[in-house]
Amino acid sequence: MSDERPPTRYTEYHPRWYRPRVSTWWWLARWPYLKFILREISSVFVAWFVVVLLLQIRALSRGPEAYAAFERWLQNPLIVLLNLITLFFVVFHATTWFNLAPSAMAIRFGGKRVPDLLIVGTNYAAWAAISLVVAWFLVRS
Amino acid sequence: MAETISLEVLRYSPERDAEPSFQTYDVPLRKDWVVLDALNYIKDKVDGSLTFRWSCRMGICGSCGMMVNGEPKLTCATFLSNYANENKPVRVQPLRYFPVIRDLVVEVTDFMTKLQSVKPWLIREKEKPVSDGEYLQTPDQLDRYKQFSMCINCLLCYAACPVYGLDPVFIGPAAIALAQRYNMDSRDEGAHERMDVLAQHEGIWGCTFVGECTKVCPKHVDPAGAIQQYKLTATIERFKTFLMPWAAR
Amino acid sequence: MAKQSNEPVLWALFSAGGVMAAFVIPVHLFLLGLAFPLGWIPAPSYEHLLALVRLPITRLYLFVLCFLALFHWAHRFRYTLYDGLQIKHLNELIFVCCYGGAIFGTVLAGYLLWNFR
Repeated sequence: MSDERPPTRYTEYHPRWYRPRVSTWWWLARWPYLKFILREISSVFVAWFVVVLLLQIRALSRGPEAYAAFERWLQNPLIVLLNLITLFFVVFHATTWFNLAPSAMAIRFGGKRVPDLLIVGTNYAAWAAISLVVAWFLVRS
Repeated sequence: MAETISLEVLRYSPERDAEPSFQTYDVPLRKDWVVLDALNYIKDKVDGSLTFRWSCRMGICGSCGMMVNGEPKLTCATFLSNYANENKPVRVQPLRYFPVIRDLVVEVTDFMTKLQSVKPWLIREKEKPVSDGEYLQTPDQLDRYKQFSMCINCLLCYAACPVYGLDPVFIGPAAIALAQRYNMDSRDEGAHERMDVLAQHEGIWGCTFVGECTKVCPKHVDPAGAIQQYKLTATIERFKTFLMPWAAR
Repeated sequence: MAKQSNEPVLWALFSAGGVMAAFVIPVHLFLLGLAFPLGWIPAPSYEHLLALVRLPITRLYLFVLCFLALFHWAHRFRYTLYDGLQIKHLNELIFVCCYGGAIFGTVLAGYLLWNFR
């Protein structure tokens, strides 16, 4: 069996069949596809957050003046606008991630699948709790 | 005659046309008529040359899948009255991403080859003799794969999957869901044989979880879920062989 | 045995990064990028943050956050370029740029946090 060539896994060209090409802009054609691409684009904003975080760590390490300059940079209207867009995308990422969680992980308990709503609900509750903990550490001054 | 509704149907004749074109037909709008009834009306009363596949008219044979207003649908379960208020013709096209042979008929050998490649049947390392009786299964064991076994191979999920459209080597939603149907079956012992096919880029890793396959599935199979769940299985297997190479098969 | 692919490792990093990003980045970004600079909530003092980041556990947390979030980005962005722009012929280049960027960022994060004064 192993010597045999595996069967071709795509349809070969046939002169009489009509095969339209997929447009480069396929994701603009339907709302679910656009939503998908926006979800994937959210990763760029995740990376931008890491950049801001690394700049903050560097400024902290360099001393109070450097940190004051970093804080002024954060107040630049363009940066604020960018961070506002980033917040939209990271929240979008979080909601899509939690909503798809039950589909990606079929958790079974006592022989039955745990209801989707319970998994999603647990995720959102954990999100709220973790956000509060992070805020608690950062907000005390 | 009662009210009518217009259908814009894609026509393509491989002998005559270089490009397909749309032809508009007016059909009676009846409350209990589905798109397939309208196509049969056209074929019987208006234009006998219109070509399309259908068989059971009750959503189980999986042969009447088409694009209706750009959405993959079983035409036997899509009511004309849903489109009556839109004041524009209902657009009927062949399933997206498959080569068109004629009019609304698409070529599906590609799927058949892929389906076969994932070995969608019970694999036993050693068959027990018939005299030993059946392989028994509890309701809980049945429940683990039952959802995936509902697939009728209608290929709506392929027509909804941009990854398949962009990269035709992708094995695709239904074939992977059907592989999972057997992987999850307590009577099956072929999971590692299927992994050779599934755990490749053309298998599960090509999927980016667009999730549309699950939304269009008329049988609620959830192929997107099957693929993501298998990604986790394949990852765990990969780490196992990395940590315990002696246990690798 | 199928040939051992790296895909499961990259996917595991992508998923872990996705979980991490979903749970903690929104609150971090809301505070750091909007609430503090715009004065909605009083910003923490330099000394408070310095003391916080000097704790090894904080630095470990920040390192893991950067590492996983960057690999999450690398994986998703790579597939977005494949699908969204149909530039499959640039596969290798995209692969190197995405994961190379993630590795560079991770090393940078490690350097900054390790040498934090």
